[in-house]
Parts: sequence; structure tokens; C-alpha cells
Amino acid sequence: MITLTQVAKRYTSDVAIGPVDLTIPAGGLTALVGPNGAGKSTLLTMIGRLLGIDSGSIEIAGYDIAGTNSKDLAKIVSILRQENHFVTRLTVRQLVGFGRFPHSQGRLTPHDEEVVSRSIDFLGLRELEGRYLDELSGGQRQRAYVAMVLAQDTDYLLLDEPLNNLDMQHSVQMMQHLRRAATELGRTIVIVLHDINFAGHYADRICAVKNGTVRHFGSPDEIMRDDILTDIFDTPVEVVEGPRGRIAVYY
Amino acid sequence: MPEQTLAPASPRTARRSGALPTARAHRCYWAVLTTLAVLSVLIVFGNLAWDNPMPFGSTGFWRIAELRATNVVIVVLVAFCQALATVAFQTVTNNRIITPSIMGFESLYRVIQTGAVFFLGIAGATLVQGVWQFVTQVVLMVCFAAVLYGRLLSGKYGNLQLMLLIGIVLGGGLGALATFMQRMLTPTEFDVLTARLIGSIANADASYLALSLPIAAVAGGMLWAGGRRLNVLALGREAALNLGVNHRRETIVVLLLVSVLMAVSTSLIGPMTFFGFLVAMLAYQLADTHDHRYVFPVAWLTGVVVLGGAYFVLKNVFYAAGSVGVIIEIVGGTFFLVHILRKGRL
Repeated sequence: MITLTQVAKRYTSDVAIGPVDLTIPAGGLTALVGPNGAGKSTLLTMIGRLLGIDSGSIEIAGYDIAGTNSKDLAKIVSILRQENHFVTRLTVRQLVGFGRFPHSQGRLTPHDEEVVSRSIDFLGLRELEGRYLDELSGGQRQRAYVAMVLAQDTDYLLLDEPLNNLDMQHSVQMMQHLRRAATELGRTIVIVLHDINFAGHYADRICAVKNGTVRHFGSPDEIMRDDILTDIFDTPVEVVEGPRGRIAVYY
Repeated sequence: MPEQTLAPASPRTARRSGALPTARAHRCYWAVLTTLAVLSVLIVFGNLAWDNPMPFGSTGFWRIAELRATNVVIVVLVAFCQALATVAFQTVTNNRIITPSIMGFESLYRVIQTGAVFFLGIAGATLVQGVWQFVTQVVLMVCFAAVLYGRLLSGKYGNLQLMLLIGIVLGGGLGALATFMQRMLTPTEFDVLTARLIGSIANADASYLALSLPIAAVAGGMLWAGGRRLNVLALGREAALNLGVNHRRETIVVLLLVSVLMAVSTSLIGPMTFFGFLVAMLAYQLADTHDHRYVFPVAWLTGVVVLGGAYFVLKNVFYAAGSVGVIIEIVGGTFFLVHILRKGRL
């Protein structure tokens, strides 16, 4: 369970996040949605302790992130940002191997290698594991980074817009992989999404953020409604019944 | 994760994530390392034995070799300092076209040397030599770095790019100050000063070695021992934090160790702007791995080959043993330009 209590971050007098009170239950896939600049990514990076908070507290699985050793926290929660600086002479497998750093401090044991192999296979990267990162397409590299945080073997997984720069096919595949990680591996996944329809279809819970606060939180059925989506995105949205569930139409 | 049946891992087919993943990478790396080691030994031996008038193995031969040994030790030490410092510095700054020299160390050295001559005349040039002066100079440079890095990286707006920029601006300012003072020197004083400001192995004083060897060994050893953490730092701030590495603390520690190595090297033989860069770039091409524990030895040996080779050529072909810095700057600068133009990136 991830609990945010009165979390706030102030930039200038009129740009601020929070105060946010939010409880994300353990298990399943939670999507953070909202307009640009609403504070979705900021909220996620604060939960992932990449960004300090000005007041309030964040607890993950009962551990206060400010008071817990970063090393121990790395075995509980992993976070992946959108832009990653990549090292050119690094193979996919070596990158995924870094996910084991919190457990073995860089000395990979046979067990670590096994976990690395499993995450690579899980994301269908087996053929590519010997390739260097600069020889991959954007989508493949994105998958390699997801394999890395998966290999970290944390119960909580935070992903910041993993669908960025992915085409239709790869976006769908990525969401299917994440859906499986939540269902089959029992991970708690929190993900920032831009496309409300992806959130509506794949997520178990949707958290709508606007102006630095949580505006709505609920199941896709509760959030995928004309009035709520129109309110969140400040643009007329019509929700229609599609062949595979509800679809938001906004163009 | 669900258990999947994995084929029993035999050593040949095992899937491994080590620094040298394939058998071929393994062979290449060790071949490169062995070649460099052999070359280094040859160059070291060449510097000791070439043009030695006494027959090999006689007492006289070894006596002459001993006299030259200091210079060879300095070559090996400077290569160690510059190679490790540059590789580590490039890693924490996530920038492969940077060298720690631009951070103001060398300008500080120039200002100290120029200031001594400017205020005290030619006598001043001799005043900044000696073990205590050497120690003071090293301490000054490390303090300079500590203040710069510590303040800029610990503040609320701690930012590596900003720190680099301020370091470069400070370096430029100090360099300008040194140039200004040089303008006002008499030609004789200027001549004495110039001889000290070009990286020169012959300038180095053997009495500094007793101090600089252990200092460099400790600082370099610490970098080497933290090689695995450097690998993580190379992934960038956010990835490193995610993996539980205290990015800010590690960065400051690495930068301080780098400044110790740079201070030792600069105080010994003076500024060598392109040497570290040249060595680091060659080492990455030769080692072909991201793992610092494997890049460091290659970088060190490459440094010995380049610096020792330049010294050997200058001494035995051009009879100008002093100004090894000149040839390194020319070769290094050219290499830098060619590399940038050819690859467009590093």
C-alpha cells in the first residue's frame, strides 16, 4: 500500500503540488492521468524519492520514504523515468543486470542471473539480450529499461509514461506486459499515462490529477464518464460503449 | 515470478551479464590488456636502457638506469593519476568530451607559479619548489575543488551542469589572471616561468615521489574499489537513485578523489590538458566495455604507453626530454578534433 499524507511541494506562490492525501492499495495497476502540467510525474517522482517533498509524508508498504535507507528502499520500490541517459557500450543484458544492484551490489550471483534471464524473457527480449543499447529502436530500449526495473524484484513499480514514443503496436504490447506483471507476478504498478483510453482499458484504478491535487480516484467504470473526464481535461469528452469497453471520444 | 524451466547452465551456453559477456569479448579484452602491458614494459625498459653506454647487466649499467628510474616512475604515476581521474570524472559528469583539467586545477597551478615569479622574481620560481610547497600546492587545489563541488552540489539548486560551468568560468578567470601577470614579467623571468608551465617530466622533483606515490595510490585505489558504484553512476542520477545509490554523496566523493589525483599530477609535472582526455578516449575504444574495473587498467597502461612513448621519442630522437607536454598537446588535440569530426559524438 502506498500512502500519501498531506504531501506538498511548492515551487512559486501559484505553482504548487498538493496537499495530496492518497492511498493506493497494494496489487493491481493504477494509472495516473491528467492534463499537461497537472503534477502526475512530479507526484510519481516524489513517491519514488527522486524528488524531495516540502511537507507531509509518504509511506510505501509501511516504510516512510524519508526515514528509510535508500539502499533498503531500492528492494521495495523501483521507479523508471521517461528520459534515460544511456551508456553506449552496454548490452541489454548488462542493463537488466543493473536491476540486481540493490540485492548484490554488482556481484551477480547465479540466482541474480536467473532473475535477469526471467525478466528478459518476460519482456520478449531474449533475441536482443546481447545487443548494445545504441543498436536498439526506441521501443526496444524502453522495454529493456522496464526489464531492468522488473529484475529489481520490488513489490512496487513506478513508471513515468512508459508509452512515450511508442507506436500503436508497441504501446499495446507494453501495456499487456505490465498487465501480466501485475496479475501474474503480483506487483503493484503505478503508471503515468497520457491516453485515457489505455488507462480505461488496462488499469484497475485511475487516479485523476489536476492542478497539483487528486481530483478523482476510482475504478475505470467510475472515472470513464462524460462529466468527470470533461472536468479533468477541460475539453468536451464523450464516453461511448465500444466493442471492448468504454472509449473516450474527444476529437 | 513463476518458475520457468531454464536449461541447465553449462559454462559455455550460460547467459551471463558480466562486463565481458561473450567468450570473444573476453579474449579481445585480455589480448588488449596483455599487449598494452608488454608495450608498457618495453617502453619502461627502453627509457632505462636505450643509449646506456655501459654493457647490459654490468654495475655501471644499473647505476645509470637507477638515475633514470625517477623519470620512469613519474611517467607511470602521472599516467595512473590522469587516466583514472579523467575516466571517473567523465563518468560522474556523464560527459565523454570533458577533462578534469578544465575545472580550474591547471589555471590554479598557473596562477600559483606565475604569482611566485611575479611577486618574488626569479627567486620565487625556486621558492615554490620543495616538499612543503608541493604539499601546500596539492592541499590548495583539493580545497579549491572541495569548496566548488561541495557548495554547488549540496545546495538546494545543486546541479552538475552549473558546477561545470562555474568551474570552467573560474578556470578561465584564473588563467586570465595568470596571463595578465605574465605580461608584466621581464623576458628572463618569463622564460624561467614558461619552462615550468609546460608539462615536463624533467622538471619533476624526485623528493616529491615519497609523498605523491602513496597519496595517488590511496585515491586511485578508492576509485578502483568503487568501480561497481561508478558503473551505476554512469546510468545517470535517477537510475542511480532508483538502485539505492546515494548519488550526491558518491558524486562528491568521486570528484574529491579526482581532484586529489589531478593535484598530484599537476604539481608534479605541470598542466597536461589533453593527456587525460586522449587516454580515456583510447581506453574506452580499446576496452570496449562499460565496466570501470576493466576500463581503469586499460586506461592506465594506455597512459604509460602514450606518455612513456612520447618521452622516449623526445629524449632519444629530438633530444628535448623536457617538454613532453608539447607533443602530448599536439597529438592529443589533433586526436580530439579528428575524433569529434569523425564520430560526431563520443
